[in-house]
Amino acid sequence: MRYALLIHYREPADGELTDEAVDEAKAAFAAYGRALRAAGVLLSADVLQLTAATTTVTRRDGDLRVQDGPFAETKEALAGVFLLDVPDLDAAIGWAEKCPAAQWGVVEVRPSATAFVDGAWTS
Amino acid sequence: MTAGDEGRAAAAVAARDSYGRLLALLSASTSDLASAEDALADAFERALRTWPDQGIPGCPDGWLLTVARNRLRDRWKSAQWRRTGPLDTERDAPVHLDGFDVDAIPDRRLELMLVCAHPAIERAVHTPLMLNTVLGFTADQVGRAFSVPASTMATRLVRAKRRIKAARIPFRIPDRSDLPGRMAPVLEAVYGAYVIDWATTGPQARQVPTEALHLAEVLTTLVPDDPEAQGLAALVHLSSARLPARLDGDGRFVPLAEQDPSRWNDRLIHRAHEHLRAAHARGQVGRFQLEAAVQAVHCARRQTDTTDWPALLDLHRALHAVAPSLGGAVAFAVAMAEVEGPVAGLAQLDKLLGVAGDRAQRFQPARAVRAHLLELLGQHAEAAAAYDSAIDLTHDPAEREYLQHRRNRITSAEQGSAA
Repeated sequence: MRYALLIHYREPADGELTDEAVDEAKAAFAAYGRALRAAGVLLSADVLQLTAATTTVTRRDGDLRVQDGPFAETKEALAGVFLLDVPDLDAAIGWAEKCPAAQWGVVEVRPSATAFVDGAWTS
Repeated sequence: MTAGDEGRAAAAVAARDSYGRLLALLSASTSDLASAEDALADAFERALRTWPDQGIPGCPDGWLLTVARNRLRDRWKSAQWRRTGPLDTERDAPVHLDGFDVDAIPDRRLELMLVCAHPAIERAVHTPLMLNTVLGFTADQVGRAFSVPASTMATRLVRAKRRIKAARIPFRIPDRSDLPGRMAPVLEAVYGAYVIDWATTGPQARQVPTEALHLAEVLTTLVPDDPEAQGLAALVHLSSARLPARLDGDGRFVPLAEQDPSRWNDRLIHRAHEHLRAAHARGQVGRFQLEAAVQAVHCARRQTDTTDWPALLDLHRALHAVAPSLGGAVAFAVAMAEVEGPVAGLAQLDKLLGVAGDRAQRFQPARAVRAHLLELLGQHAEAAAAYDSAIDLTHDPAEREYLQHRRNRITSAEQGSAA
């Protein structure tokens, strides 16, 4: 079963993080990625740029609207998306708790409803 | 008794004893409780239709399981179901029904209990969900035990079951290292099973809490190092031991203080003390051990012929500090009244219930105790009114009659003194 681990945390201000802290986080994420791949559960993993770089697109009100910035301003922003294929929620929670970002943010574990695989949406 | 009656009776017994066991098996591979419930309901319905005429099968559980599995297969002949569904070679159900060995049917109720008490499920739903799925209580019965409307409870149960399926919460006993943390809500739910058996105020008579006894025993074997599991088992055994004395020869309710100890069940008391000794050996006090200790003090009346109320007051004070509850608050006030008099008891009752708010207003034991204390204080008009409101909240026929009797005694005493 496919689960998305959605990582949320407060975005650091300019210069808030020391180089050592950034290096430490990178090393932790590198180890985490290797562990996911070794376990054969990783579909994809992205850590996202800050919301300052994000653009929101909608035609919800009829016309195309392209907006600078995220859809909703919140204290904690979506910061990363990991897609896993694991047997059940316990396994997904197990990986979520090992995610380095769980140390300073929250990891939302959301089961996938349907996925585009081999040219079609799964049922 | 006709063959038809016998068939119906056998189906009712199978329903009570087997519901959780069958539901756990039917839902374990898919985490889909709702579909398993539907299939099981169909199987029970078919049993009620066919057993009276065709006779009770050699293994009723096996029969029900096979029929329910076939039902599930009929409904879900999709590719997904074939990929994830359990392998089941019993295509032609009737041929295999008599060959079932009841001991060969695995018991996965613990896995089901752990699913109900999973951290991803809202805490407040753990116990209701367990009572509903493992013990087969209806949303109506569970709602009554928790003092919420049946429709509200039904909605909560449906939502929780959808979540178990959608997020795929697995039916699996966790590693030893994770187990202790997962056990606390399981214990809580078994306790809920015992409470609903004892305190349910449904229109039907109460049943012996065999399920709570059995589940508590199973838990002590699964986690022998958990003193609270032992404490809970002791608690359920001690309460069950007093069950035969709760009704007199005419079916009238007898309150604890007036019960004849010679009618208490020795074997259950003995077993309870074994559990208590095992619990105390761990040197780690907890809520269920304290509640069991309270029951043990009550049961000691069998030997000593008196009730050690100061000891009970101490235990209730400790219990209230560890795990405050409405029932505990009422028992605390009763002990206070016994040791320091009805004025102190009533003050304690009102203080503790004041904190609990609205829910306390609908709590039947609180009303009944309040009426009793007012009667002791000679405030007859208030006592009569309090009995009336307690009677309104009581559905158990025997207890209702008892309260009615107490209330009438006040009224006739008043009339007697006025004449």
